[in-house]
Amino acid sequence: MNASALAFSPRRVGAMILRHWYLLRSSWPRLLELVYWPAVQMFMWGFLQLGVAKFPGALAGTVSTFLAAFLLWDILFRGQIGYSMSFLEEMWSRNMPNLMISPLRATEFMLALVIMSMVRLSIGLVPVTILAIVFFGFNLWGLGIPLAAFFANLLFTSWSVGMFCSGLVLRHGLGAESLAWSLMFFFLPLTCVYYPVTTLPDWIQPLAWALPPTAVFEGMRALVIEHVFRADLMLWAFALNVLWLTAGTASFLWLLSAAKRSGSMLQIGE
Amino acid sequence: MSAPAIEAENLTKQYGESLAVAGISFAIRTGSITGLLGGNGAGKTTTIGMIMGLVLPSAGRVLVFGADMAREPYRVLHRMNFESPYVDLPHRLTVRQNLNVFALLYGVADRHGRIERLARELELREFIDRPAGKLSAGQKTRVALAKALINDPDLLVLDEPTASLDPDTADWIRGHLERYRARKNATILLASHNMGEVERLCDRVLMMKRGSIVDDGSPKELLARYGRQNLEEVFLDVARDRREPMPTREAAK
Repeated sequence: MNASALAFSPRRVGAMILRHWYLLRSSWPRLLELVYWPAVQMFMWGFLQLGVAKFPGALAGTVSTFLAAFLLWDILFRGQIGYSMSFLEEMWSRNMPNLMISPLRATEFMLALVIMSMVRLSIGLVPVTILAIVFFGFNLWGLGIPLAAFFANLLFTSWSVGMFCSGLVLRHGLGAESLAWSLMFFFLPLTCVYYPVTTLPDWIQPLAWALPPTAVFEGMRALVIEHVFRADLMLWAFALNVLWLTAGTASFLWLLSAAKRSGSMLQIGE
Repeated sequence: MSAPAIEAENLTKQYGESLAVAGISFAIRTGSITGLLGGNGAGKTTTIGMIMGLVLPSAGRVLVFGADMAREPYRVLHRMNFESPYVDLPHRLTVRQNLNVFALLYGVADRHGRIERLARELELREFIDRPAGKLSAGQKTRVALAKALINDPDLLVLDEPTASLDPDTADWIRGHLERYRARKNATILLASHNMGEVERLCDRVLMMKRGSIVDDGSPKELLARYGRQNLEEVFLDVARDRREPMPTREAAK
C-alpha cells in the first residue's frame, strides 16, 4: 500500500456522512424504523419481566436486569445494523462503483459508516431509553460512568462485525445480505446476554470469554445486581475489541481487494 | 509529444477458466477520443474496470497518467471520472445533493458554482431539486454525465453513454462531449454499441473480440481497410469472422 492510499481527508468523510444524512432526512420510514423495533422489543421485555416478577420467589431487580440486558444487546445489534445498513444503501442504489472510483479511501468510507452507525443508534435508542424510564422506571442512564464503558465496548464489537459483513456483501454480492441481518444473532447465546457465563457448559465458556460483549453483560449484571463496577471485565473487553477491530478492518480491506480480483465490483447485485 | 493518458501493457484478466481479457497492449493519446468496440462478452467492460481500478488484472498492468491503477490508483483518481448505465446515483437524493456529495468527495473548489455551471451546461436546472430516482432516462443520463464531469476530469471513461436515449438527447450528449474535449483537451474513452456515435466522436477505434484487440485504427482507416461504407458493417465483419483480423498498429511495427 503506498502513501497516497493512506492519506486521510475529513472532507471526504464528511461528504459520506452528508450523503447518508440526506437519505435519512428524506425518508420518514427509515427514521421510524430506527425507533420502531427497539421500542417494540423494549415493551415486550419490560412487560414480560413485570409478569415474571409477580411470581412468588422472583428475584428483586429482575426487571432492571433484563431491561438493561435488552438495551445493551440492542446497542450491540443496532450498532452493527447501523453500520451495515449504511453500507447496504450504497449497494442497493448501485452507487458503490461511483465511490470506489472516487478519491474516497476505504478507511474514510469505513469511518463514515462508523459515524453513521452512531447517528442511527442515537436516533433509535435515546427515545427508547426514555420510554423505559416512563413505563418501567428503569433508567439506563442511571448506570452512570460504567454505561460509557459498556457502550463503547459494545459499539467497537458491533463495528467490527459490521465491517466483516459489509466485506462479505462486497465480495459475494447482495446474496450475502442476509448475513448482515443475522450474523449478530450467532453471538446472542454465546455472549450470555440474559444469563451468567457459568450457565454455559464448561467447554464452551472459553469461547464465550473470547467475545468482548460477554464481559460487558457480566459487568452489567455485577453492576445492577451487586452494585459493583468490574473494571477488570471492561479492560478485558477493551483488549479483545482492539483485536476484533483490527480483524474487522483487515477483513473488509481483504474482501474489497478480493472483490476487485473477482470482478464483482462490476456486478453489483445478486 | 505528451505521454499517453492510458497505457496498457499485456493487460490480462482471467475469471476462473474464462479469459476475459487476453494480454492486450495499447496506448491512448492525451486529448483523443477513443472508441472501444466489441460484441457482448468481448472484454470491454472488464478492460474499463481495470482502467478505473475496479478490477485487478491477473497479469500485466494499466497506467493512467503514469500511475499503475492496481498499485497506486489514488495518485490519479481525482483526475478521472466514469459514467455507465450499470451504475446509478442514490435515488432518494436530489440531483443537487448528489452532485454536492461528489463535489466534496473530489475536493472541487467552489462546488456550488461548479454545480450551477453544470446545471446550466447540461440543462439540469428544471429538475435539479428533484430526487434522482424520479427522473426520465434522458434526464438521468444528463445527471450521470454531470456527476462524471463534476471534477473537470482529464480522463473521462464512458460505458455506453447514450444507451436507451432518444436520438435527440443522444445527439445532444455527443455534442456536449465534443465541446468538453475541445475545451479541456480531455481524453475520452468510450465503449459503445452505437456505431454512428463512434464514427462521429472517435479519433481512433479499438475493436475487441474474445478478450483481444483484433483491429485498431481511425474510423476512416477501418472503413478503407474493410472496404465498407460504415462502422456497423465493419463491426459485423469482425463479429462474424467475415474478414481475417488485421494486425494491430503495434503488432505491425
